[in-house]
Amino acid sequence: MKKKTVNREFRLDLLVCAGTGCVANHSYEIKEELGKEINRHGLQKEVRVITTGCNGFCERGPIVVVQPDGIFYQRLTKKDVPYLVEEHLLKGRPVKKLMYIPSPEEPPVPKMMDIGFFRHQRLIVLKNRGRIDPENIEEYIGFDGYQTLEKALTKMTPEKIIAEIKASGLRGRGGAGFPTGLKWELCRKTRSAMKYIVCNGDEGDPGAFMDRSVLEADPHAVIEGMVIGARAIGAHKGFIYVRKEYPLAVKRVKIALAQAEEYGLLGENILGSGFDFSIDVVQGAGAFVCGEETALLASIEGKVGRPRPRPPYPTESGLWDKPTNINNVETWANVPTIILRGAKWFSSIGTKGSKGTKIFSLVGKINNTGLVEVPMGITLREIINDVGGGIPGGKEFKAVQTGGPSGGCIPKSLLDLPIDYESLTKAGSMMGSGGMIVMDEDTCMVDIARYFLDFTLHESCGKCPSCRLGTKHMVQILNRITEGKGEEGDIEFLEDIGKNVKLASLCGLGQTAANPVLTTIKYFRDEYLAHIKEKRCPALVCKSLISYVIDAELCSGCTVCAKNCPSDAITGEPKEIYTIDQKKCTKCGICLTVCPPKFKAVKKVSPPVK
Amino acid sequence: MKKVENILHKYGHQTSRIIQILQDIQVEFNYLPKETLEYISQRLRMPMSKIYSIATFYAGFSLNPRGKHLCTVCVGTACHVRGAANVLDRIEERLGIKSGATTPDKLFTLETVNCLGACALAPIVVIDGEYHGQTTVNKVDVVIDKYEKKDS
Repeated sequence: MKKKTVNREFRLDLLVCAGTGCVANHSYEIKEELGKEINRHGLQKEVRVITTGCNGFCERGPIVVVQPDGIFYQRLTKKDVPYLVEEHLLKGRPVKKLMYIPSPEEPPVPKMMDIGFFRHQRLIVLKNRGRIDPENIEEYIGFDGYQTLEKALTKMTPEKIIAEIKASGLRGRGGAGFPTGLKWELCRKTRSAMKYIVCNGDEGDPGAFMDRSVLEADPHAVIEGMVIGARAIGAHKGFIYVRKEYPLAVKRVKIALAQAEEYGLLGENILGSGFDFSIDVVQGAGAFVCGEETALLASIEGKVGRPRPRPPYPTESGLWDKPTNINNVETWANVPTIILRGAKWFSSIGTKGSKGTKIFSLVGKINNTGLVEVPMGITLREIINDVGGGIPGGKEFKAVQTGGPSGGCIPKSLLDLPIDYESLTKAGSMMGSGGMIVMDEDTCMVDIARYFLDFTLHESCGKCPSCRLGTKHMVQILNRITEGKGEEGDIEFLEDIGKNVKLASLCGLGQTAANPVLTTIKYFRDEYLAHIKEKRCPALVCKSLISYVIDAELCSGCTVCAKNCPSDAITGEPKEIYTIDQKKCTKCGICLTVCPPKFKAVKKVSPPVK
Repeated sequence: MKKVENILHKYGHQTSRIIQILQDIQVEFNYLPKETLEYISQRLRMPMSKIYSIATFYAGFSLNPRGKHLCTVCVGTACHVRGAANVLDRIEERLGIKSGATTPDKLFTLETVNCLGACALAPIVVIDGEYHGQTTVNKVDVVIDKYEKKDS
């Protein structure tokens, strides 16, 4: 295969982010407008507009990066475009007011790589994000894409490929952290005429969108990784399972597969090597448990997605009882770079037991919401403060939740924890797929525990009584506590049920279901006690335990709250003090959001007003 | 039934593709009509009980007709910590229905989703595929009004 170079004849490239976040903020309209303005100024031969995959800095979308200088424009609207084109593209004066400003006291940061969010990251899996058009295979090829495949198919034996992956220390990025090379070896050794490869893109953890971003920004990296894996294992058929909530990812993967086939990188006799391999896309139908490998396989077979006991492991008996190797999206996307740059290079990054980088989705109460790829071993503090830019509104950090519904809440005292598979498990949480939800003083930890348990209850497939009934019982207790009906002994009872659900459930969903409850009890027992004993929600979240009141000293009688109250619960005369009728109040909170900041007269109090 | 036949044909009448078949049926009809499921059951020689178990196991399927506008509230963790529960309460109050139901005038169906993976926009409400990011309780009426007006 000849290396094709990306067309570099243009003076400037405008890279418009077209990840789900930016698209939702109308980045395609920005692109259209840019095109129009560029044509209007006759710049179409000098400037090119390219849509790229997710940049990761979703908080600041829509994003446009001007290359080769790397000037970063953010939160653009259609009406910014004419000025931007005229000033920057025509007159060569980058527009300061459209750049990223870390805080009101600081000057704008023109270059992408000087922004804290990007500067502290280390990109391996996401190396192509925001720089290539994911719908154009030529661009992937232009940045060394499919180079590794050629090497793996023509110059390496399957054993050599497996040895390289084993030596790299790559572990599964889907959560459990099983050594990837070992899994491949086990699957290779199982004798069978038919074997399958599966890419698990059923990223169900709420607050996690690493796999969505990888599939949207660089689908060919996943495909290339899968072909290499198929060659190593001896499989000729692969499946990419993507959850239905990710329509854009599904679309891009389908485009990428068609292009790869057209270029002879998939299908029969790939690159003349005599090796055949093809991939189908399967869309999920909205079941969290299908992220579990045996449930996912059942779903591909067109069955209800219920996990089954292991062993036999899928490497021995998986899809249609044939040996099947399942890896997560991020794991597959690591493969081409490892083969290209070598195991030694890859294993030089990270900690003793966890090599390479990990992508996290940094969300919740954090300034720089987005997707970050950082080396293993980085501390939570570095991620939250340096990359994430800290907590908005000067609020106090309370906890960070990792590992989705299977994970736990990590408190402030453990912020200097270096992150890897082992350290997070030791803290009572887990790596999981990489969701990292930051919580501040306004987050109620009992409510969070209830939230996750409620989630698990609904997503439990119902097979194991411990999970089906245990989660239900725990939710009932947590509901009572958040409604102010908690009783002495509830905490101990929760711990007891939690431990039993952990012990007696078949799959990861049940085994880890109690983690959010157990960790919040461990680190935030005070909050549970305040709910149970004082009938008070310290974070002012639990609706039954709060009231909205108007501070008579601060109210100016501006009437805004009364006008906006949907339940007519607020009464008073203009220019006089307004009051809330607690019997009519539904606690929707609109009055609090509309009360002008100069008065701040509406307040939440707990325990509630009688 | 021609449409159904086309969908079955697309997936080679394979029972292993039943989930994809049902997804396409839902795109076509907005829900899974009973008579269509019965037809599929006959054509694929697959018991209704199996089809029904799949249609009820996966949250993405609906056995009831849905409203003209599909309003989906994301209740993922990031949306939750930024107040999605209050937004959902407010929408339920405004539409007068609980999540999972359709308004009597068949204008709105309200559903929740676990995560859309667009957490920077939290809390998110999606109506007919259009994302409304950073939705607060007091924005709910404005957003719903917009879709109601379209129909009056």
